[in-house]
Amino acid sequence: MTTSRIPQLLRQHQAALLDAWVKAQQAALTLRRDLLSDADLRIQSSDFLRSLTEACQSGDLGDIQGPAWAEVREFLSGVSGSRASQGFSPAETATFVFSLKQPLFSLLRREVAEPAALVEETWTATVLLDNLGLHTVDAFQKSRESIITRQQQELLELSTPVVQLWTGVLALPLIGTLDSARTHVVMESLLQAIVDTGASLAIIDITGVPTVDTLVAQHLMKAVAAARLMGAECVISGIRPQIAQTIVHLGVEMGSVLTKAKLSDALALAFQRLGLAVAKAPGRA
Amino acid sequence: MEVRRIEALPIRSSDDVVRVRRQAHNWASELGFSPVDLTKLVTAASEIARNTLEHGGGGSARVEEVRRGVRVGVRLTFEDQGPGIADIAQAMRDGFSTRRGMGLGLGGAKRLVDEFEIASQAGAGTKITMTRWK
Repeated sequence: MTTSRIPQLLRQHQAALLDAWVKAQQAALTLRRDLLSDADLRIQSSDFLRSLTEACQSGDLGDIQGPAWAEVREFLSGVSGSRASQGFSPAETATFVFSLKQPLFSLLRREVAEPAALVEETWTATVLLDNLGLHTVDAFQKSRESIITRQQQELLELSTPVVQLWTGVLALPLIGTLDSARTHVVMESLLQAIVDTGASLAIIDITGVPTVDTLVAQHLMKAVAAARLMGAECVISGIRPQIAQTIVHLGVEMGSVLTKAKLSDALALAFQRLGLAVAKAPGRA
Repeated sequence: MEVRRIEALPIRSSDDVVRVRRQAHNWASELGFSPVDLTKLVTAASEIARNTLEHGGGGSARVEEVRRGVRVGVRLTFEDQGPGIADIAQAMRDGFSTRRGMGLGLGGAKRLVDEFEIASQAGAGTKITMTRWK
């Protein structure tokens, strides 16, 4: 195989190629002007072209996994990561690399006269840019996945706040779907909070739980039983009319569990148990 | 009975149970189900979808919007190739559970919908069809 002229051409015509490429990207329908300014686009394109040119001088054009390409790969991963978090689609992100094809092919057509050599050079350039484009998609996918994983972990932490409403009174506002993994975390943090605060009453509020089926009901009853073993009474509040009717039809017996329609009712009950009374301050309207 | 639209969903994990529930919820609320009817349908879907997953070892669900005369409703079909149910009458009875559940799932789901059909044979899987009308 003859030595490719691409490295030399890239170095010679870098500035002109950059202009043509940026122009092509700006004309493309996939450009997201709402997410990326023209100045940033030019900087990104220029940086990429520079590191691509450098890598071509020393590296093998057919294998972008080599050490000479490390900088290019890293740069593309960075671009993918930032575009993934900005809300670009994978196609829009990969287009960044693929859009270089047209200006690069034009350059080759101008500079390489001999037909057989031109075909050869065009093929080399295609394979190279395809590989770099695929690398971009891979990197995009990876950064998306890491965003999702992080969000899942954040959700799990978010989902279990145990709050102290008053000395001796805890509240656990449950929100969303109660699957087994979450219930486990919820129950653990409730029992720990009972130990930590010495609470005698815990209010589990299910206003934010959309579906209460037998599994959820069973989880709730277990939480109540466990809290009771630790010396704390549980009240389940936030039972909406449709949930109440559904529980009755299901045949779930909530017999021994204290329930209230609203969280405020449960708090009033807690005050009553603690022998507290809420009164209006004298002299205020 | 006329079927207006169909959505088929796999049941392989507990995320799929949530997906089936959401699909039933969306269509029922588009049809204008009252909050109580909506909650009953979704809860029944949840029970049976979880049975499909836990007892049937996974399977598939079909959510359909149906019409009979002037009535509209949502029909749910759950199928699995699991071990099946040897004694359906016993399985439907409240308080009977092969696992450590409450034993209210099947009977409870039947009480939450208008039409409930179960077909099962030991070793040949289970098929449950239920419909709730608006």
